[in-house]
Parts: sequence; C-alpha cells; structure tokens
Amino acid sequence: MQNKLFLSLLLALILPLAHAGEAVPTVDDVVLEKRVMAVSGELRCLVCQNQTIADSHAELAVDLRNQVREKLRQGMSEQEIKDYMVARYGDFVLYRPLMKRGTWLLWFGPFLLLVLAFGVLIVKLRQRRKAIQQAPVLSADEHARAESLLSGTDKVARP
Amino acid sequence: MNRFLFPLVAFIVLVIFLGIGLNLKPREVPSPLIDKPAPAFRVPQLYEEVKTIAPEEMRGKVWLLNVWASWCVTCREEHPLLVELARQNLVPIYGLNYKDKREDAIAWLAERGNPYVVTAHDLSGNVGIDYGVYGVPETFVIDKLGIIRYKQIGPVTPEALRDKIIPLVKELNGAK
Repeated sequence: MQNKLFLSLLLALILPLAHAGEAVPTVDDVVLEKRVMAVSGELRCLVCQNQTIADSHAELAVDLRNQVREKLRQGMSEQEIKDYMVARYGDFVLYRPLMKRGTWLLWFGPFLLLVLAFGVLIVKLRQRRKAIQQAPVLSADEHARAESLLSGTDKVARP
Repeated sequence: MNRFLFPLVAFIVLVIFLGIGLNLKPREVPSPLIDKPAPAFRVPQLYEEVKTIAPEEMRGKVWLLNVWASWCVTCREEHPLLVELARQNLVPIYGLNYKDKREDAIAWLAERGNPYVVTAHDLSGNVGIDYGVYGVPETFVIDKLGIIRYKQIGPVTPEALRDKIIPLVKELNGAK
C-alpha cells in the first residue's frame, strides 16, 4: 500500500514533466484514476495497434485517456464510454474482440483446427489398425521359409 | 508421390495466406462514420480567431474535409495535390487543422499555398476524436445532406483522387 502511494506520488510528479505545456490532468483522485486505467485497458490505441490506450504513449492515447477520465467524471458508465469509442473508431477499438457473426472464425477457428486435427489423427490410426489386421496370414510353409531367410540358412530359393 | 504432395499443398496454402496477409493494410481501419452524418462541431477559424466554422454551414454542397497539421510529415506529401485540386475548382476543400499552433499552421500554409476555403482550428483535438481521426492526414468526402460518404486514411494520392474521390464528388453533385 505504501509502495503504491509512493508510486502514484512519483507519477504525479513525473506526469506534468512528460506533458509540459498541455492541460495537465490532475491525478488527485486515486479511485478515479484506477477506473480510467481499467477502461483504457479495454481500448485499443489505433496508432500503435497492439497496445491499449492505457499502455501507449502515443499522443492520441493520452488524449483518449483524458476523454475517458472526463466521461467518468461526468458519470458515464464503462459500457457507455466503450460505445462512445466504438461509434468513432469502430469495433476494432475494443481490445477484446466482440462475439458476433463476423468474429466467429476468430474466436472458434483455433478450436475448429484442433477438432480437425484430431479427426485426421483418428482416421489415420484406424486405417493403420485395419492395415495391420488385414495383413495376410502366413501358411506353415511360408513361415518356415521366412525363418530360414532371416537366419541366413535359406537353401530353397537359391538356384 | 503422395508423400511429397501433402507438404507441397500445405506449403502453397501457407504461401497464399502469408501473401494475403502481406497485402492487407492493418493501418486502415474502416470508419464506422461512413454513411453517417458528419459530427457537428463549432470551432474558431484558423485565420480569424473571432469567427467560427461549423459543418452545417456547408449544407447543400459536396465538400472535402482535410485533417492536417504543420507537424505532420505526410501532409507535406499530399499538399501539392490539394493545392492543384483547389485550382481545378472541382470541389471546395475545408481544412481541419488538428492539434497545431495557430502561427505554425499559418506559416506552413504561407509557404506551401492554401487550398482551403476555410480552415477550422481544432487545438484540443476534440473534433478529431469525434471524427475518429487517428492518423493525420485524413480526408472525408461529405455530401449535400452532410453525410460522410468516404474517408481517405493517410495522404490523398493521385490514384485515390482519380479512382475514388473525384468520381464520387461528381456522382454526389449529379444526385440532387
């Protein structure tokens, strides 16, 4: 706890330096800040697409975090903020893809591949077992010959 | 024969998928604002701070909204095209100067030419957020009813002008 307090104090000291000249968001409300980060962690930064706006240092991400903070202050719910972002930037802004028809392949594709792979494996194993079972049974004569071939004492086949 | 066929087919499928992946443009995220009304705003004009500009003033004409900034390197690339387009008088271009210092923006236009009928000054970047701007430059084609019909992400290119923007403007102007 003390560590966290120290960290947020440190952040409060550093943040104004990082954005000198801009309107500096007050980091006085720790609870609010936590919610800002929680919501921001669900939103994709469209500039650096593999980061959330909570992680990104892109200027747009900073602006959007400020928007999130402002909307939370106005009493908007987290869902309302997400809807606000989707209305402007599209579904892609959600870091966790929505479950809908267009994303079914994305969500279930890997499992589909897994099932497919298991299917192929089972078919292959069955084929092999069948091949083993259907291997021709040797007669007593053939058996004796095979044995002599293997032991190198074969006299029959040699001309 | 069969032994080599399967890895070969698998390899070809892989190459096809990788090829498709290379040709996708993940930077170009489709805008949800296409075919939606252009978001309203009212911000000061770049040259005359006391005057404002709002999109509803352009109602009844087809126009372009070009988002730009003096700090944006790619904007330099597309700017001559916009100047040329303005000279041709095909479509009025309005500028949205995004997160820029007024004097920097004015100096930039003085040096490179001003293709804009009016430039709106979006100092805070809030108009940009309403328009879903995430990379400057971006250009919107807006119709007579104030509906966004097309969004160019990144610089306007000669190909985009020839194949998309100018035909679309002509089509929209033809439709009453």
